[in-house]
Amino acid sequence: MKSQIIKLLQQNARISNTELGEMLGISADEAAAKIKELEDDGIIRGYSVILDDDKIDEPTVYATIELKVTPQRDRGFNDIAKTIMMYDEVESVSLMSSGAYDLAVEVKGMDLKEVAFFVSERLATIDGILSTSTHFILKKYKEKGIFIDSEERDERGLY
Amino acid sequence: MIDYDKVLSNKIKNVKPSGIRKFFDIAGTMEGVISLGVGEPDFSTPWVIRKAAIQVLERKHIIYGPNKGLLPLRQAITNRIEKKHGVKYDPDKEVIVTVGGSEAIDLVVRGLLDPGDEVLVVEPCFVCYAPLVELMGGVPVSVPTRIENNFKLTVDDLRDKVTERTKILILPFPNNPTGAIMTREDLEPIAEFLRDTNIIVLTDEIYSELTYGREHFSIIELEGMRERTVYVNGFSKAYAMTGWRLGYLAAPAPIVSQISKIHQYGIMCSPFISQNAAVVALDSCDDEVAKMVGEYNVRRRFLVSEFNRLGLTCFNPEGAFYVFPCIKSTGLSSEEFCERLLYENKVAAVPGSAFGESGEGYIRISYAYSLKHLMEAMERIKQFLAKLEEEKK
Repeated sequence: MKSQIIKLLQQNARISNTELGEMLGISADEAAAKIKELEDDGIIRGYSVILDDDKIDEPTVYATIELKVTPQRDRGFNDIAKTIMMYDEVESVSLMSSGAYDLAVEVKGMDLKEVAFFVSERLATIDGILSTSTHFILKKYKEKGIFIDSEERDERGLY
Repeated sequence: MIDYDKVLSNKIKNVKPSGIRKFFDIAGTMEGVISLGVGEPDFSTPWVIRKAAIQVLERKHIIYGPNKGLLPLRQAITNRIEKKHGVKYDPDKEVIVTVGGSEAIDLVVRGLLDPGDEVLVVEPCFVCYAPLVELMGGVPVSVPTRIENNFKLTVDDLRDKVTERTKILILPFPNNPTGAIMTREDLEPIAEFLRDTNIIVLTDEIYSELTYGREHFSIIELEGMRERTVYVNGFSKAYAMTGWRLGYLAAPAPIVSQISKIHQYGIMCSPFISQNAAVVALDSCDDEVAKMVGEYNVRRRFLVSEFNRLGLTCFNPEGAFYVFPCIKSTGLSSEEFCERLLYENKVAAVPGSAFGESGEGYIRISYAYSLKHLMEAMERIKQFLAKLEEEKK
């Protein structure tokens, strides 16, 4: 039941408790209680919105930064990751297994200059960071399972 | 000038076009319409099946196959039926792989009917049965089912429709459009009634894999029924393979040996690529099917409770991927309801009357659509119903 709730909320977190209950064959109250449980257990960490940034007036650019890092004794990469994630500009921080680099950081900024500045002044200067490699994102087609670029066309029933 | 009216046969001219098509055609000319009309899955064919087809294209000559279908596929089919229903068929003499379940239905009707023979058509039902019967000069006799019986067929519905000319009973369960199913208990009295007759059952079980809460039961499992039944199934609905055009029938050898001639001369053989891929479907896609059934079930529960909440009584369907809410409370005919819903709130549904007179007062809603799509459609239907309510005042 929990995994079904998670799946449905991942598709649409704004679904009402009544609708969720209908879909799963439980009452709205039961659905609400299950969600509360998932939140209290720290499984659901939050709810967000997926945007088409091209349609917003504020200019936005995203970049993925690959960081090579010196791990610290006993603490590995955790301390440095925690330092990085405190910045508002940072959207996500992930530890990678590639070997080519260690941390993947997604950074959001107003323009290229702002992001480049953030990387060189803030990230690159943190103790333990050996190198940075910045990749600007030109276009997002799909995020968290949602199509951003276009609607899927349904050709059924046309013939 | 050639007079086409004289060229065409009276039989074909008298066949009515499908009532499902009509609404699609209108919807196709409008902007921003949300359709709830289609009768095919929104899922893609499972990847392993597609991969098998790609491998055939890469490695094999795409040739004709044996008339009755590739032997490995016929074997996979008989194994499947035996596993599901405990009934054995001879893959060599008792199976034909057809171009969709529709061709299988056509073969049976053509192979069994002489002009004037009667066919019992359990309604509401899919639109193809009566026209195919009429094309053979046969007489379709509708056997309406009723909401009071959960749209199941009862012996009482059947009894006074049977005459000396009755050749076939078409049994379409799980049912399109109602979603009704027949359990062992429902089928036993029907079988009991048929055992003393020469009537052949054409059981169209194309939705057999799509049931919710209980396993599908087939009439072939009942004593004495295998010998008087043609079992029809296919790949379209269960495996999301509509465009692959592949179905099959299983029947006693004396029937298959005769009707396979129609297939042999008219079709030759079913698509070679699809047949190869279908073996994989039967052998290794049970998990994929279960996943799709799980998704359909979520949508089914959502729609049934939403319609009931909106005051359109909705029977709880246990199979297929349709709900069949009753719209009699609105005072509109099902055709009027669908027309206004389409023009005014841009939702395309199919009037129940397209599936036989007994479908009047209902509409067919397909849930072969994403939840997002269904939720948007329900919002529009809610607004439409509110408007109808306003008008009444």
